[in-house]
Amino acid sequence: MSTTTVEPGTSAPGPKTNRIGLTVIDYKGGKTTLCAGCGHNAISERIIEAMFEMGVEPEFVIKPSGIGCSSKTPAYFLSRSHSFNAVHGRMPSVATGALLANRKLVCIGVSGDGDTASIGVGQFVHLMRRNLPIIYIIEDNGVYGLTKGQFSATADLGSKLKTGISNDLPPIDTCALAIQLGATFVGRSFSGDKRQLSAMLKAAIAHKGTVMLDVVSPCVTFNDHEGSTKSYKYVKEHEEILQEVSFIPFFEDIDVQYDPGSTVAVTMHDGSRLQLRKLEEDYNPTDKIRALTRLTEAHDKGEVLTGVFYVNPQAPNFIELLNVVDQPLATLPESMTRPPKEVLDACMEELR
Amino acid sequence: MATTDVVPRGSAGSMGHKRIVNDMSIQVATVNGSGSQSSNTVLLRSIFQMGVPVSGKNMFPSNIAGLPTWYTIRANKNGYIGRKKEIDFLVAMNPETAQEDVLSLAPGASVLYDEPLQLHKLRNDLVFYSVPYDKLVAQVCPEAKLRKLVKNMVYVGVVANLLTIEMAEVDKAIRKQFAKKIKAANLNLAAAQAGFEYAKSNLEKRGAFYIERMDKTAGKIIIDGNSAAALGCMFAGCTVVTWYPITPSSSLVETMIEYMKEYRIGPDGKATFAIVQAEDELAAIGMVIGAGWAGARSMTATAGPGISLMSEFAGLAYYVEVPGVVWDIQRVGPSTGLPTRTSQGDILSTAFLSHGDTKHILLIPCSVEECFTMATEAFNLAEQFQTLVFVMSDLDLGMNNWMSDPFAYPTTPIKRGKVLSKEDLDRLGSFERYKDIDGDGIGYRTIPGTSHPAAGYFARGSGHNERALYSERADDFENNMERLNRKFETARSFVPRPELTQGHNAKIGIVGYGTSHWGITESRDQLREEYAIETDYLRLRAYPFTREVHEFIEQHDRVYVVEQNRDAQMLSLLKLDLTSELTGRLRTIAHITGLPLDARSITDELTSMEGK
Repeated sequence: MSTTTVEPGTSAPGPKTNRIGLTVIDYKGGKTTLCAGCGHNAISERIIEAMFEMGVEPEFVIKPSGIGCSSKTPAYFLSRSHSFNAVHGRMPSVATGALLANRKLVCIGVSGDGDTASIGVGQFVHLMRRNLPIIYIIEDNGVYGLTKGQFSATADLGSKLKTGISNDLPPIDTCALAIQLGATFVGRSFSGDKRQLSAMLKAAIAHKGTVMLDVVSPCVTFNDHEGSTKSYKYVKEHEEILQEVSFIPFFEDIDVQYDPGSTVAVTMHDGSRLQLRKLEEDYNPTDKIRALTRLTEAHDKGEVLTGVFYVNPQAPNFIELLNVVDQPLATLPESMTRPPKEVLDACMEELR
Repeated sequence: MATTDVVPRGSAGSMGHKRIVNDMSIQVATVNGSGSQSSNTVLLRSIFQMGVPVSGKNMFPSNIAGLPTWYTIRANKNGYIGRKKEIDFLVAMNPETAQEDVLSLAPGASVLYDEPLQLHKLRNDLVFYSVPYDKLVAQVCPEAKLRKLVKNMVYVGVVANLLTIEMAEVDKAIRKQFAKKIKAANLNLAAAQAGFEYAKSNLEKRGAFYIERMDKTAGKIIIDGNSAAALGCMFAGCTVVTWYPITPSSSLVETMIEYMKEYRIGPDGKATFAIVQAEDELAAIGMVIGAGWAGARSMTATAGPGISLMSEFAGLAYYVEVPGVVWDIQRVGPSTGLPTRTSQGDILSTAFLSHGDTKHILLIPCSVEECFTMATEAFNLAEQFQTLVFVMSDLDLGMNNWMSDPFAYPTTPIKRGKVLSKEDLDRLGSFERYKDIDGDGIGYRTIPGTSHPAAGYFARGSGHNERALYSERADDFENNMERLNRKFETARSFVPRPELTQGHNAKIGIVGYGTSHWGITESRDQLREEYAIETDYLRLRAYPFTREVHEFIEQHDRVYVVEQNRDAQMLSLLKLDLTSELTGRLRTIAHITGLPLDARSITDELTSMEGK
């Protein structure tokens, strides 16, 4: 794998390449079939950029998803990667199996609020507690799009459907759930916030544990009206940004000065650095209880709180805990997966 | 509740005159959680070590401790190891069931009971022996709290004496049972010895049953089907196991964990496998499919309720074409049913598991040896056909002890099917995932992590074309479904062929599968010897059916399909495959007691239908 970027002095500059010599075109997907203006498309764009900028080999990326508008999006980025559009709410188990088979893969799973918080909440919570190395993105619009506009379980209390029906149940906060259950990188962003989402995605790629990003992504067709709490207008008016997120990858030898009093710097597994410039003075993203308190406050105040709520790059992930060989299990040779005849003979002897 | 079928009571038999050697069924009635499993295993092994063919069947409750449990040991010089309908020798240790157990015996049977139960007053056509267990156990076991566990070993000694089982063999079996626990071994030996001595001095043998040394078990092993399957999967090169505990399949994975920890850890201390206990069966099969898609040889083990839960994912695997192996250790349904009783009730629902036009390959082992060999076959077929393969075992096979020849080391290599490597793609330039290049309905696949820009494809449960692109076109859908059908037709020539056993000029055929085999084999001898009815027998080993199945039915006037479910599920599957002329030849012999199918039931039903 090459780590050099394109030389600045070369003549006839072609398109910009990343550290493995690929252009951003190599990370593109098919043409989107979602509605014009759908927040999900913006998220796909950010994923393309982040993967390109981080120089991830597309052939080693897998893109599992569930069912719904969000789960269609893996078709719109990284065409060179393997995708698995599975069944509704069960992407976590498919992703888990794939990572058991091949620990070298970079897994970006895409789900929606219905796919995660309603039908898929069982698999979601167990994924979180395993700290599997996966980037789990919820493209969260509070509504079912493909079935034409029913509430999902992340819809806020009092939020209204287009038809005027009001939601009288409290939302499931997927970030709070993820933090409580053991995910080691949890944040919320907004599909319209290019800078924040890009930095969070790049940090997510560097993280070797479960990353849970809830990205509020308005549905322009069914949930962008007055009375909705997941509309572009509402999010822009109510967004509270916890920190300014920036990310310095390990291969960029930049020594950025920061003030430890105002900025929390987190060194990631690969040496990359996540920098969080505090906008709320006393917020500490390594404190679970503080994170849960702050999320509860946000609900009470009607805020759309975004930022990195919790991060712990040290916790062992599920694959490490299993103590499997370094090579992918998927491609182990027969000599390693079928014990010799003497082993069977010994087993038979014990059974006589 | 009695587990034996009630037999009409006759007059007192001519007990004491007959001498029946190496042909009996011993039933031990105890309470679960009382340590009786060790005693029963010792008794079974002692007979086995004397060279007498033997089998053990545990009929236990779905409960941790305190409910009735029965263990039946059948010793048979002819090698019949299926369940015998009648009990010849009852060891009545459980006051709760003792009366009913005794009342359901056939005249002439022997009963060994705990003295306070006073069972001898119940009938006068049986042979009764009473033993003061508490008194005997107190003498050999000073520690009061251990007495409950050791008490059961006393009856082993008594039975050994009454049935002429050699104490040296009991000794050896106890040593094996408590291999590393010397203290426990000594305590149990003393208990068995006390029972033996008591019987020798106080009991007069009046029953007809004897065990005598023979040489029919030399070189054989004793193992349960789940352990055999676990071994088979280890040697089949399985790398990912994901599961959710459910009776009667749990011991398959638990035994596999033990074997894999012992034999599949590399020199660097790292595992060449991952075994994960999932949160439910949906996740278990989802992980199997994710792993299979990513190139692992993945599996799960479950039972009926788990199979039901796996339905949606099974359809996904069928349609996306992902390999994986599912062991279904069948138990009694519907619903929770009888979790600790055996059945062949999942055949039809598993063959077509999931919505839409879906069908699956089933392999059906009848023996522990086949549990071992079919593991490699299942994984190879799953990867060759890029689909789930279900191995339809059952509780009787999976959880009971069976005698077997030692398993042969697999000679079939591990076959990964049509997987394109980076080098293949360098040569080809590109590939189309679902294109039928070879005419067998099987496309070529790549696995994630293949370093070639053309390696990736989009696996999806939604409509797709040959290039794995989303498609709602009518012709794409139809072509794809027809190709999947072609693939299933191809499988007919690759699944395990049925086993054919011929009689002499038989006009009657019997079709059976799985553990029904043992009752059928014995029943065929009964039919010949008692009714002069000759039969040919075809044992199915897989679905889809191979051409031999059609030929067999063509060659017989009447074909009895023997199975352990209510609705004649295999017969129904056969009907879908046969011409209407042939389906008219099929008759059903179906049993649903939850107890392993016995020979006498088959014989009675078949002869009645034959008008005999």
